[in-house]
Amino acid sequence: MIFSLPYIVFGLYTIALLISIVSIYKDSSKIKNSIIYFLICAFALHSGSIISRFFILGTIPITNMYESSSFFAWSVMVIFFYLYYRYRVTILALFILPIMSLLMFVAIMSPNEIHPLSPLLNSFWLVFHTTFAFVGNSAFAVSAGIGVMYLIQERYLKRKRKGDFFNKLPSVQILDEINYKLITLGFPLITLAIITGALWAESAFGTYWRWDPKETWSLFTWLIYALILHLRIIGNWRGKKAAILSILGFLSVLFTYYGVNFLMESYHSFK
Amino acid sequence: MNIIVLGLNHKTASVEVREKIAFSGTKLEEGLMHFSSISQIKETAILSTCNRVEVYFVVDKDNADEAIEKIQDVISIVHNIEKSLFLQHLYNHRNKKAVKHIFRVASSLDSMIVGEPQILGQLKDAFDLSLKKKTTGVILNKLITHAIYTAKRVRTETKIAENAVSISFAAVEMAKKIFISLTEKRVMLIGAGEMAELAARHLINNGVSNVIVANRTFERGCELANLFNGKVVKFEDFQRELVNVDIVICSTGASSYIINKEQMHKIMKERKNKPVFIIDISVPRNVAPDINDIDNVYLYDVDDLQDVVYSNINNRKKEAEKAENIVSEEVESFINWIDSLQVTPTVIALKKKAEEIRDDEFQRFKNKYPNLNEDTLKAIHYMGTAIINKLIHPPIIALKEHGNESTQIVEFTKKLYDL
Repeated sequence: MIFSLPYIVFGLYTIALLISIVSIYKDSSKIKNSIIYFLICAFALHSGSIISRFFILGTIPITNMYESSSFFAWSVMVIFFYLYYRYRVTILALFILPIMSLLMFVAIMSPNEIHPLSPLLNSFWLVFHTTFAFVGNSAFAVSAGIGVMYLIQERYLKRKRKGDFFNKLPSVQILDEINYKLITLGFPLITLAIITGALWAESAFGTYWRWDPKETWSLFTWLIYALILHLRIIGNWRGKKAAILSILGFLSVLFTYYGVNFLMESYHSFK
Repeated sequence: MNIIVLGLNHKTASVEVREKIAFSGTKLEEGLMHFSSISQIKETAILSTCNRVEVYFVVDKDNADEAIEKIQDVISIVHNIEKSLFLQHLYNHRNKKAVKHIFRVASSLDSMIVGEPQILGQLKDAFDLSLKKKTTGVILNKLITHAIYTAKRVRTETKIAENAVSISFAAVEMAKKIFISLTEKRVMLIGAGEMAELAARHLINNGVSNVIVANRTFERGCELANLFNGKVVKFEDFQRELVNVDIVICSTGASSYIINKEQMHKIMKERKNKPVFIIDISVPRNVAPDINDIDNVYLYDVDDLQDVVYSNINNRKKEAEKAENIVSEEVESFINWIDSLQVTPTVIALKKKAEEIRDDEFQRFKNKYPNLNEDTLKAIHYMGTAIINKLIHPPIIALKEHGNESTQIVEFTKKLYDL
């Protein structure tokens, strides 16, 4: 059961994605509601799979590629539901679910046997470091989706043509504000993730920082978001520029997470 | 029995004719009382708006033409106008066509601006008055409530009324996609023309609370500012105010640009790049068009807004097709009801007659053979029921299927069975 759950969860997210694609062309409250129902079901099962894993493992289930991808996707959904509750923008699903399906796809494609964690790594830093990192990165993931929505709506307004999404997308100002809020949420979290990671490395290996590819890329990502916030606060880079930067920032997150894992040698790779 | 619509609208008559026969104020009641006193007319109601004057009424089939004639007389008397002046503009629809017409009118499919919502309210008012004056009965009451129901269905199931079809509404529509909400937003009018005033009024109706007016003639600026509870600034100061406002409506008579790209760049810097929506309704244009290239500046001129309006009108046309389908469905459902109204009494009478015959014969049979036991009696009663049902089944089916098209079948049935 626990092992087939991720397939069901992946399936439900993908169905919700397909319905949101249909909803571009056929607009009705029934379709909108069904997207949310599918997402609630998927999220409930998803939470179940993570919780059961937690009890088997005895610690937060982020110890391999399957678990971490799944946890990443799960925290993206938490942020999605918060935004849906706050702003009632169903179309957000269309821009978040491709990321969700990608994350869940990687999860089900990875081996998901339960291996006991090496005692070297099993420390209380694990919980803090991984939670901060994944929730922070989820905020960045959603902000990238919001960034894409901003660019589409801004283009309609500038070109003075109402496209397919015009009525469904909220105002550019609100998208810009959500984008900024998500980055101000994500940035302190990944800052904490890097700090707790360094402390954890010190307790496990004796050094804080080893310029491992994962560490280097994390730092790079951190610098990008630091730059986004700096430009916004000092240089008033809001709107279109901020939206583009948030998308670039998330590409860096994805590379730090997957690229380093699959393309580079790192002691930090999820197996 | 016939349902008839007699009237004229913006398609068949010019405003000169419409205003002459409009039932406004006290004339409405007067007309209604006159119409209902016509002996042939069983029920009546009047719908009189800027774009149409229509009389709805119910008459017996043979009296239709006579009733129409008399209504025309009354119109001519009440409005003191020669019949020849309006006769050629009148249309009349009967029965199914009349029902369809009323449903389309209520759903705003027959309006000058398709989808405009006022007509439904006007129909409701017309209905309320005729209810108060007791000029309507079973049929018109049902017809008008069904028309209102149809209009509501059209409004919820299609997007016919969703998009703005005037320039100032289009401006509000775009503003809603630029800003989080329009409340607390500040609007500045540069120049105080009529169009600017209208656009400002729509923005205020949608929540904009702060109005600033900059006008070359200070007095006119004051006037307009007072109208909106706003504040007035000297015309020369408008650039300084641009830093603080969110929406700008520009309508001066200037012959060259009063804001150019360079100035706007500076202003945006001071605004910390907060988005600004500039509506330039002046011709020739007052704001350099390339300002739209600056991030967070949304510049719309009259043609841009007109394009938005055109695309909205096209959307409405698409939605109108869906609405026509809904109207057809509801017309069918109403016609079925009307039909059943005529046929049902005959069907009931026929059934009653058959049951009476069965009960009489059964009683006689029981008296003749008093020794039969309960079970046998029950079986015989059952057989009697089966026979009468088989006998009256074909005429009932014929009545239900064809009774609506020709009252002949109804009449024949009544005669044949002596109902």
